[in-house]
Amino acid sequence: MTDVASPTTTRKDWASDQEVRWCPGCGDYSILTAVQLLMPELGARREDTVFISGIGCSSRFPYYMNTYGVHSIHGRAPALATGLATARPDLHVWVITGDGDALSIGGNHLLHALRRNVNITIVLFNNQIYGLTKGQYSPTSETGKVTKSTPFGSLDFPYNPVSLALGAEASFVARTHDMDRKHMTETLRRAYEHRGAALVEIYQNCNVFNDGAFEAITSKDNRPSMLIPLEQAKPVRFGPDGAKGVVMDRNGSAAIVDVADVGEEALLVHDEGRPDPSTAFALSRLASGPHTPTPIGVFRSVERADYGSQVQDQLVAAAARKGPGDLAALLKSGTTWTVGA
Amino acid sequence: MIRFAGDSGDGMQLAGDRFTASSAIFGNDLSTLPDYPAEIRAPAGTVAGVSAFQIHISDHDIFTPGDHPNVLVAMNPAALKAHLPDLEAGAAILLNSDAFDDRALQKAGYASDPRADDSLKPFKVYEVPMTSLTMEAVKPSGTKARDAERSKNFFALGLVSWMYSRPVEPTLEWVAKRFAGNEMVQEANTLAFKAGWNFGETAEIFESAYQVKPASLPRGTYTNISGNTALAWGLVAAGQLAKLSVFLGTYPITPASDILHELSKHKNFGVRTFQAEDEIAGVSAALGASYGGALGVTTTSGPGLDLKTETIGLAISLELPLVVIDVQRGGPSTGLPTKTEQADLLQAVFGRHGEAPLPVLAPSTPGDCFYIAIEAARIALKYRTPVIVLSDGYLANGAEPWPIPDTASLPDLSAEFGFATEPNKTLPDGRQVFWPYLRDPETLARPWATPGTPGLMHRLGGLEKADGAGSVSYDPGNHELMVRLRAQKVAGIAKDVAPVSVDDPDGLGGADLLVLAWGSTYGAVQAGVKAVRSAGGRVAHAHLRHLNPFPANLGEVVRSYRRVLVPEVNLGQLRKLVRAEFLVDAQGLNKVNGLPFRRIDIQLAILAELEALAGQQNGSTARKEDK
Ligand code: SF4
Repeated sequence: MTDVASPTTTRKDWASDQEVRWCPGCGDYSILTAVQLLMPELGARREDTVFISGIGCSSRFPYYMNTYGVHSIHGRAPALATGLATARPDLHVWVITGDGDALSIGGNHLLHALRRNVNITIVLFNNQIYGLTKGQYSPTSETGKVTKSTPFGSLDFPYNPVSLALGAEASFVARTHDMDRKHMTETLRRAYEHRGAALVEIYQNCNVFNDGAFEAITSKDNRPSMLIPLEQAKPVRFGPDGAKGVVMDRNGSAAIVDVADVGEEALLVHDEGRPDPSTAFALSRLASGPHTPTPIGVFRSVERADYGSQVQDQLVAAAARKGPGDLAALLKSGTTWTVGA
Repeated sequence: MIRFAGDSGDGMQLAGDRFTASSAIFGNDLSTLPDYPAEIRAPAGTVAGVSAFQIHISDHDIFTPGDHPNVLVAMNPAALKAHLPDLEAGAAILLNSDAFDDRALQKAGYASDPRADDSLKPFKVYEVPMTSLTMEAVKPSGTKARDAERSKNFFALGLVSWMYSRPVEPTLEWVAKRFAGNEMVQEANTLAFKAGWNFGETAEIFESAYQVKPASLPRGTYTNISGNTALAWGLVAAGQLAKLSVFLGTYPITPASDILHELSKHKNFGVRTFQAEDEIAGVSAALGASYGGALGVTTTSGPGLDLKTETIGLAISLELPLVVIDVQRGGPSTGLPTKTEQADLLQAVFGRHGEAPLPVLAPSTPGDCFYIAIEAARIALKYRTPVIVLSDGYLANGAEPWPIPDTASLPDLSAEFGFATEPNKTLPDGRQVFWPYLRDPETLARPWATPGTPGLMHRLGGLEKADGAGSVSYDPGNHELMVRLRAQKVAGIAKDVAPVSVDDPDGLGGADLLVLAWGSTYGAVQAGVKAVRSAGGRVAHAHLRHLNPFPANLGEVVRSYRRVLVPEVNLGQLRKLVRAEFLVDAQGLNKVNGLPFRRIDIQLAILAELEALAGQQNGSTARKEDK
């Protein structure tokens, strides 16, 4: 790519001519708006941007972006994106996925893309339900959930996507929600700027099949007492007037305390750059579901060489060592003999 | 041909002898050549003290005991040193790695460990810690360590018996009888033998020599090449010829993994190899790379092909190039990982949901694997389609002398396709846009625009596309049109591939019988046909490299003969296709015992067919005379 100035674009440039077909009121709209507004701000190029998705409501996303894009097959978006990002380290590859797509049918690919640190930005729309197939429970649905496929309540224990990503030692892990455009935009910006695999979980409301799943923490009234904003180098505090805070207890678990009881100096100071993901993991375990105080923001952001660049480095090193490939020489590299010379 | 070599105290004669006996029971022709040390009391561990036993087993008549073993079992460095000069490139060496310590190397006269330098490079070396594995295996027999070690010849025997599918019972019965008086030794030898066998199975060690070689080779420079290496080199060549970087996304699986191993050595050609988390990720990554403008390739065997199916369907819908190599093995399920079979043909042609045609190719010989890889890439790139290549375990591991081509004679693949660089459609309002499904009228291929190209941003996906514009379309008429267009595109490739050539000394239709075959049966069919001809039989041979679509002249060819015989290592898959396509009553010659055809199988089947034809002819003549 040539090193020319960042293009000036507007939201309109990033919107495709396709009619957006999510249910009216779906949380997906606000995510789409946030991304379309963010791209011009980032100075990104449409031709260098690729959105790859799997299957599900969220996976329609690429059709609505005037960029390159592939609406692939269920669960496999991280695998396709791995190939593309590895073959083309010059591109910015986004993966758009949902809780069923990323964590159920495609769970394996997600883990491996994260551990390899493939240079992709993964946006996981978590609505805790299967929307496209009309309302079955998902791998993030709470135990006991009554759905069409679980009339007596689901028996499955849910995943916590942030914990899962941290367990795979992802180099960037964050959470945001669809009710706060500003927080969502800032979180996505951070993910975009991270080289390597970045996972952003977005709590997204499916108003048709799982309406209000996150209301207990994301509604305007509840936010101050139920969302724990993680801010770099700041003590982890929340609640009206910052009365609550988070401390690390002796067992390495995070716990919520009254700041008045422990004093501000006892609070955990958030450091997303900790090489060891344990503290970030402890934070991710604070809430057992979106009904108790839940951390949002960047849990972890560490630097680690991305997969595609390392592959590229090996190619360059091999060419430097052995010289550029010579086909005729390769064909004669084994034992050869001549007949009838 | 197999040579067991070790110290004279290692029991090599016994191992060779037992192998001979079990081979004879198996029904193979064989000849043997024991080779005792000249000096009866030569010092242990030295070259002079090496004892060897050679056995030549063959599925056809043996004329000579042969001079060059395909497999050398070397129990120590001295045995390796003594017998290495007799090996032809490509032979397999089974080393007892426990015996390669400094002292043993020194005794054998090695200045340095031959495993570390280039001297073993032309061979396929399997290092097996035979001594320690044997000692571990015989523990339950209560044998003392010193004696336990002695059973390692039986370990080696078990391992080689596995490689050559020898029956186990004759050896075990023999051990029971021979050591009837000494239960401990009897048990130790039995355990060692079984451990060797099991090791072969677990480690999936196998060797299948490609046996049919032309008697006299035409002029040229040759190298020994196995099918897997030839495929890997063919892919490297395809990348160079197309001026594209090759991206292999794959997952280890027997017997295809060697393609990954070989390709991963050639990073200086810009080849990226990606060992994925599973088969699905392997093919999906390859498809993602193709979207980015690379030559995406995936390699696998039957169970992996099953898993890749959905992504291959997506590649058909996205209309992107993708080369899928299936090195077939015995199925279904895990089946026989180290045995050959041709039973994935119908899966390759039809095995996807919906109307999902794609081109299918098959190499005929190990050397042809090189050219088939280039041909697969050509078709994939030109028509923007996934292509399946059906190799098999026999080709993959078999090696043959291969005339090295002049690289200037290879096709220029870069002339066969191009990337889209500008908008291809003017809308009624005058706007210039890019339509990703606006096809080339000739090839019906859609334009290939890669990310990074300004102005051509577009979205692909597995949902049905509107003809031309490529947006999502649920329109029933459009779906019918697109299904037919995709089918036409693949069918049209028939015009663009070489017509199948017919080997018939009397010209097309001259012979009484046509043998129509595909894939690795080539050598056996050629040999069988020649043998029949030399006895005066009139038989033709046509060998298919393109199995979907068939070459344009195939209908004419099969209709030119009164009878068609289709030999296959499956239950009649090509035969079914030929019958369905051309309404000819093709006959089958089928086997599925994990082994390739022998010349004699083909020869006898041809003779039977010719006899049946002669009978028909006499019958009809008689009836005519009745009138
Ligand atoms: S089903 Fe739910 S997630 Fe899907 S579009 Fe409708 S509201 Fe959104």
